[in-house]
Amino acid sequence: MKVALFVPCYIDQFYPQVAIASLELLQYLGVEVHYPKDQTCCGQPMANSGFEKEAIATAEHMVSQFTGFDYVVGPSGSCIYHMRKHYNILEQRQEVVEVRERSYELCQFLTDILQVEEVGARFAERVGLHQSCHGLRGLRQGRSSERMIADYSLQRRLLNKVSGLELVNLDRQDECCGFGGTFAVSEAAVSVRMGQDRLADHSQGNAAVITGGDMSCLMHLQGIAKREKRPFRFLHIAEILNSRN
Amino acid sequence: MSSREDILKAIKANKPDLKPLPELPQFPQPVEDVGEAFRAAAEGVGAQVISVNNWDELALAVNERYPEAKKIAHQIEGLALSPLDWQQINDAHQLADLDVAIIHGEFGVGENAAIWIPETILPERVLPFITQHLVIVLSKEDLVWNMHQAYERIGTEIPGFGIFISGPSKTADIEQSLVLGAHGARTLMIALMPSSQNV
Amino acid sequence: MSHAKAATQFNQNQARTGWHDQALWFVRQKRDRQAVTVPEWEDLRELGSQIKGHMLSNMDEYLIQFEANAQANGVTVHWAKDATEHNKIVYDILQKHKVQRLVKSKSMLTEECHLNPFLERMGIEVVDTDLGERIVQLKDEPPSHIVMPAIHLKKEEIGDLFHEKLGTEAGASDPQYLTEAARQHLRERFLQADAALTGVNFAIAETGGVVVCTNEGNADMGVHLPKLQIHCMGMEKLIPRLADLGVFLRLLARSATGQPITTYSSHFHKPRSGSEMHIVILDNGRSNQLGRPDFRKSLQCIRCGACMNTCPVYRRSGGHSYGTTVPGPIGSILTPGIDLKKHASLPFASTLCGSCSDVCPVKIDIHTQLYKWRQIIAEEGHLPRSKRWSMQMAAWVFARPKLYRWLGKRARWSLRLFPSSLVYGPWNTWGKSRDLPDAPKQSFRDWMKKNG
Repeated sequence: MKVALFVPCYIDQFYPQVAIASLELLQYLGVEVHYPKDQTCCGQPMANSGFEKEAIATAEHMVSQFTGFDYVVGPSGSCIYHMRKHYNILEQRQEVVEVRERSYELCQFLTDILQVEEVGARFAERVGLHQSCHGLRGLRQGRSSERMIADYSLQRRLLNKVSGLELVNLDRQDECCGFGGTFAVSEAAVSVRMGQDRLADHSQGNAAVITGGDMSCLMHLQGIAKREKRPFRFLHIAEILNSRN
Repeated sequence: MSSREDILKAIKANKPDLKPLPELPQFPQPVEDVGEAFRAAAEGVGAQVISVNNWDELALAVNERYPEAKKIAHQIEGLALSPLDWQQINDAHQLADLDVAIIHGEFGVGENAAIWIPETILPERVLPFITQHLVIVLSKEDLVWNMHQAYERIGTEIPGFGIFISGPSKTADIEQSLVLGAHGARTLMIALMPSSQNV
Repeated sequence: MSHAKAATQFNQNQARTGWHDQALWFVRQKRDRQAVTVPEWEDLRELGSQIKGHMLSNMDEYLIQFEANAQANGVTVHWAKDATEHNKIVYDILQKHKVQRLVKSKSMLTEECHLNPFLERMGIEVVDTDLGERIVQLKDEPPSHIVMPAIHLKKEEIGDLFHEKLGTEAGASDPQYLTEAARQHLRERFLQADAALTGVNFAIAETGGVVVCTNEGNADMGVHLPKLQIHCMGMEKLIPRLADLGVFLRLLARSATGQPITTYSSHFHKPRSGSEMHIVILDNGRSNQLGRPDFRKSLQCIRCGACMNTCPVYRRSGGHSYGTTVPGPIGSILTPGIDLKKHASLPFASTLCGSCSDVCPVKIDIHTQLYKWRQIIAEEGHLPRSKRWSMQMAAWVFARPKLYRWLGKRARWSLRLFPSSLVYGPWNTWGKSRDLPDAPKQSFRDWMKKNG
C-alpha cells in the first residue's frame, strides 16, 4: 500500500511536530509513506472566502502532487473535506476523481482503511476532545449531536484505547470553536467568544490537554488560551496516538 | 397580464424537472399502551387527564376542579351541569365571559396528546379558545398512535374548520419561561370515558 | 451595517451575549430531547425534504390546484407579485369591509412586506397578538427570531415596557404576571377587532385549506370572532396532500421549540357562515430563487427556527445583527437572492460548521449554500478590495511551491525575530484577543530533508 502524506500548509509551517507524529504513526503501523515534496495548500482558505475559481490552480497543483498513490492521508479533517467535497469544480478527470476518493483524514484512515482498533499508545492525561466540524459533519467521523442516529465517534474510539487517557465530559460535545478560516479575522468578536466558551467548557470538564483532528481549530483555541493564561496543553490527536513512552 | 399569470409563468420557467412525490410509510408503534402514552404526553403539555365512567362522574369532576365557574357551555344531554342556553347566543362575542366549555373530541393522538376537533361537533368555532377553561371528553378507544394515523383517520373529508388541540394555551415568549394560559383556555381537562357511555 | 460590525457591538456586553447564547441553546437542547423520542426522526426529515422538493418541482400546478379547491370552499384567493401588491390587496379587502381594527397572529411574511406600518399609515389599527410579537411591536423593534420574536429581551425590560404601555406595576417582571397582563390587554383587542389576519404554516393543494400553528391560541381567538379572516402565505408554503401534514406536524414543533406538537394546529378551509375568508399568495422573489439551482432548496424551509437556535454565531450575535426579516443561517441564504449587495456580509457570518444543515427538519443544505453564495459575492465584486487582493495573491503563491516555501520561511523567521509589539499591532485582528502560534525554526519539509 503506497500512501502519500498530505501535510496542510499551516502544519508544514507552524506545527511540523504534528506532521512528524502522523508520519511516525503511519510507519509504526507498517504503512509505506511517501511525502510529495512540492505540495502546498488544498485551496480551502481562498475557496471558503469566495475565491474557489481563483484557487483552481492551487487545487490542480495538489492533484498533480498526489496522483498515483493508493491513498492520500492528512492530519486535517477540514482540508480532506475540502478536497473531497469542493474539488468538484475541477474538471473530473480520472486523476481528480481518484485523488478525491482516496483522500483520508488520518484517524478515518486508521479506523476505516487500516481497520485499527488501537495503536498501542500511552498517554496518561485528562483529555478534552474538540470535534472539529468538517471532520464531524463533513466527513461524518462521528454522530453530530443534531442527528438522531446511533452514537459513534471514531476519534473517541481511538482515544478510548489509549492507555492511561481519560476523556472528559463536555456540556456541548460538538459546538464549533469559532475558527472558520477567515471568519476568525473578519468576524473576530464572535470567533473569539466562541473559542472562549469552548475553553470554559473544557475547563469545567477539568481537561489538562485539548486535542482534536484539526490543528487550525486548536491554533485558534490555543491562541485564546495563551492570551488568557489558561493552563491547557494543546496536542493534535496524531501526537497523542503516537505517544508511546 | 395579471399577477397570477406572471407568477405561474415565472414558476413554470424556473422550476426544476419533476421530482417524485414519496409514498407515506407506516412507522412502527414504539409503545405498547397508547392510552398510557397519551396520558403521559397530555400531562407533559400541561393538561389534566381524568378517567370517568359516566356523566355524573364528569359533572362531579368539573364541579370539583372549577368550583367558581358560573357560565358553563356544553351540549351533552344527561350531564347535570346547567348549560348555556345556545338559543340566546347569536354572536360569538357573547361567549366572552364563559368560564368552562365542555366539548367532545373526535380522537386523540398518543405521541403528542393532540385531540382532533372538527367544527361539526362545535356549536361555535371560537368556543374552545374564548372559554377560560376547556374540558374535552374523549372515548378511551378513540386513540391513534401518531399523526400519520391521525390523518388517515380524518381522510379527505376535511371540515370547514378543524383543529388539533394539545394541552392548554401557553407561551414562553418572555425569557423562555413557560406560562400556561396565554390567549386560549387557561387549563385543559381531558376526560377519558368508555365509548359506550360517551354519546 | 455589516453583520461583523453589528456582532461586535452585540459582543461588547459579554454577560448578555452569554445569556442570549444560553437561552437559545436551551431551546436547541429541548429540540434534541423531543427529536430523540421519535425513532424515525431521520426518515421524517428525508420525507419532509422529498415532499417539499417534489412540491417545488411542480409548484405552478399545485398552486392552480390549491386555488381551485380554495375557491370551491368559498374562499377568495389573491396573487401578489411583491410586497407592494400584497399590502395593497390586504388594504383593499380591509377597506371594502370598513375595517378599523385588525388583529394579527404571527406572520413573518407580513414582516417581510412591512404590512403593519403601511396599514397604520392608512389609518388602520394593527395589533400583533402573539405575545412575543406584541412585545416587539410595543417596543417598535423588528422580531429578532422567527419563532421567539422577543428572545433578545430580558424580562425586566419587558416589565418596564409593559409598565409604560400597559400600566403594569413598576418593577414587576414575573413572566406569569406579565403574560396575564398581556392576556387581558389583548383579549379586549380580540373582542373589538373587525378583521383577523394570520400567517400560514402549510397550504394544502389537495383540499385548498391552510394550517396555522400556535401555542397561545391567538390565531383562533382572532379568526373566529370578526366576520373577515385573511391568511397571507408565501407560495412555498404549499404541500401536496393533507396526509403530508402527518410528516410536517411531527417535525415542526419538535424542531422549533422542543414540543411534541404546538398547542393548536388549526385547519382553516371554509369561512364561517356569514363571514369571508381570503388567502393572499405572495411571490416576492420566490420564483427567482426557484430558478437558482444551487439555492432553490432554501424554499423548502418550514420556518421552525432550529437553524437559529443551533447556530453558534446567531446565538452570539443576536437576530438583529443580520438586518433581515428572517435572520440566522436560513435568512443568510434567502436574503442574498433578494439584494445581494446589501446582504453581502451574511453568507460570511458563519464558520460553515454545518450544524444548521444537520438540524434542519427538511434537510436544506444551508452551509453548502452559504459557501456557494460566497463564490457569487466574490465574483460579483461585493468584497473589500483588500480581501480580494490577498486571496488572489495567496492562490497565486500556493500554485508555486518554491515561492510558498520561501515565503513560509520568511514568515516564520519574522514571527520569531520581530518584537511582539511589532507583531501585535492594530492591523493584526487575529492578535487582538489571541496569541499567534510559536514559529518553529524549520518547516516539516525542512525536517524531512534531514530526517526523511
